[in-house]
Amino acid sequence: MLEIKNLHATVGDKEILKGIDLKVPLGQVHAIMGPNGSGKSTLSYVLSGRAGYDVTQGSVSWKGKNLLKMTPEQRAAEGVFLAMQYPVEIPGVSNMTFLKTALNAVRKAHGQSELDALQMLKLLRGKAKAIGLSEDMLKRAVNVGFSGGEKKRNEVLQMAVLEPSLCILDETDSGLDIDALKVVADGVNALRSQGRSMLIITHYQRLLDYITPDAVHVLAHGKIRKSGGAELARELEEKGYAAFEGEAA
Amino acid sequence: MSSNAKILAEDLSEQKYKYGFVTSIEEDTAPTGLSEDTIRFISAKKDEPQWLLDWRLKAFHQWQKMTEPTWAKIHYPKIDYQAASYYSAPRQKNKPKSLDDIDPQLLDTYAKLGIPLKEQEALAGVERRVAVDAVFDSVSVATTYKKELESHGIIFCPISEAVLKHPHLVKKYLGTVVPVADNFFAALNSAVFTDGSFVYIPRGVRCPMELSSYFRINAQNTGQFERTLIIAEEGTSVSYLEGCTAPKRDQYQLHAAVVELIALDDASIKYSTVQNWYPGDKDGKGGVFNFVTKRGACRGKRSKISWTQVETGSAITWKYPSCILQGDDSVGEFYSVAITNNYQQADTGTKMIHIGKNTRSTIISKGISAGHAQSTYRGLVKVLRTAKGAKNKTQCDSLLIGDTCGAHTVPSIESRQPKSRIEHEATTSKISDDQLFYCQQRGLSPEEAMALIVNGFCKEVLQELPMEFAVEAQKLVGISLEGSVG
Repeated sequence: MLEIKNLHATVGDKEILKGIDLKVPLGQVHAIMGPNGSGKSTLSYVLSGRAGYDVTQGSVSWKGKNLLKMTPEQRAAEGVFLAMQYPVEIPGVSNMTFLKTALNAVRKAHGQSELDALQMLKLLRGKAKAIGLSEDMLKRAVNVGFSGGEKKRNEVLQMAVLEPSLCILDETDSGLDIDALKVVADGVNALRSQGRSMLIITHYQRLLDYITPDAVHVLAHGKIRKSGGAELARELEEKGYAAFEGEAA
Repeated sequence: MSSNAKILAEDLSEQKYKYGFVTSIEEDTAPTGLSEDTIRFISAKKDEPQWLLDWRLKAFHQWQKMTEPTWAKIHYPKIDYQAASYYSAPRQKNKPKSLDDIDPQLLDTYAKLGIPLKEQEALAGVERRVAVDAVFDSVSVATTYKKELESHGIIFCPISEAVLKHPHLVKKYLGTVVPVADNFFAALNSAVFTDGSFVYIPRGVRCPMELSSYFRINAQNTGQFERTLIIAEEGTSVSYLEGCTAPKRDQYQLHAAVVELIALDDASIKYSTVQNWYPGDKDGKGGVFNFVTKRGACRGKRSKISWTQVETGSAITWKYPSCILQGDDSVGEFYSVAITNNYQQADTGTKMIHIGKNTRSTIISKGISAGHAQSTYRGLVKVLRTAKGAKNKTQCDSLLIGDTCGAHTVPSIESRQPKSRIEHEATTSKISDDQLFYCQQRGLSPEEAMALIVNGFCKEVLQELPMEFAVEAQKLVGISLEGSVG
């Protein structure tokens, strides 16, 4: 279970997260919705350990371990995966090399043997096929020259290969047309399992048409303002975030 | 720069130099100082014929009239040429007849450096073999696969041996690509050069294995002045690699080499360098001063000379491997990765001189600077009136790690032939925190992330290296896996 208690975080001098409490049981998919500037992306960076996001109060534990004491790569080894809103380009490094390096780093952290080139190739081909990615994309440099949709699908591919237990999807739906959205949602749904929790961060409800969450939380002004079932998302879609906009902490 | 990138930059600049050990072996070292006597001493040590001694003395007299060049963007304390020794060689009772006779201390040294001095049987499916000429200070201590290469008519031996056994070849080609008085350091080398490799590929022969030389500076306060000469006759091909290391010492060590390549009709020479001289400590103390003149002459039609260099060492690098494209349709290539950190300074690049018709050249230069290092690309593309249809493409990319280093690009283009095409592209970038975080989030340590990103940046150059050496180079760049799949 992911357990966030009274989490406060600052960026520079500004407090962005102002006491978040959240529990995501193993196997569940929770959505975090909120207006722009509510702290959604900050939450995803704090959970994954990005430098420059300082936790001033509170705690985050995942499967009973204190995440906040770990480096980003240690968190990755503990199963934390952040599908980014803006996946980063790495020129000259093929997708395949990137995935191989990442998977072997995580395997090593778990005391498993590294996969050799052939085993890796077989694994990657299978995973790519399953989410409808051409093999050609494995050979291309990481995210370089990828369309918006390809970048997001590439994030899902990485998720499928690394098999994390806590998936955080930060605005994965942004910049996607409806077809690309479906492909990404299918990929995510295929990864839903008893042993995996997901936190879907989104501004719009439309991704949740395809990925039905077990719970929805509204984040505004750095705090969870309301929680409910999947129906809360549709309610927000109709009424907007206006009800939460005024409530500055 | 974020704290993350700063820590990384510091990490990188404190990387340990793995080849900094000293071999304690008795060496015969010439007294310090440089005079005609020094040159006579070196020449006598090598039993040289009179013509070569005269050649050296002529070079020395010209050198005395020359002044050290100051146009490069490098700063170093004044070199006292009288304070160094110009010859140092491990003491050997008898000249070793086979590998078994070599001093175990030396064998051990090369084993530690990871250089194989044992020949392996040719087996189907086994990696390509590599012949090695191992140069220790001023002498070659071993050359492998000589016999097998001889059966193809190929000569691969120390240049001191070639002077004695193949004087007509040495006489015919030595100093014809880099004239004695070409520049200050080339003249110095011509006067006092000690050992280096000699390669001769007879007409129509494709060299069946990689040839390589490994240069090791061991003695203290001794300059290394190697001289390499490679001749590829008509219709031949050869791939040659040099590697270099030196012990960690507080004092600067001088290394001034000259390399000459000659490619006749339809010949192709691929010359790769993985240069890992001791770069000095993190405060810029010690390290090798590397002043090198490397030049290839594409004398024949359709000949090709390709330079690939991975430069990670030296406190000071002053080096411009060049191609003179004389033969029609000849091709020159220069692929370079220069990594500098701490207080290292590299001023490196190339010259492509287009003389023949339809000559083509490609330049890809990747400079990576960290710490307080300064890296300069200096290049000249010159197209003479005769070079109708000449083409050049130049790409210079610089990558900065941290905010205390510098990268500079000084390209010169001179064309007297309107029917030629010259393209130049240059970029400067930084490793972004986004990239580092992205890699870390996927499980890579910051070091692994840095290695991966830098490797990607250098890919176009590293992939030009022969397979056998690509791995070593990748490790040198701090790289683990790029290129092993896909």
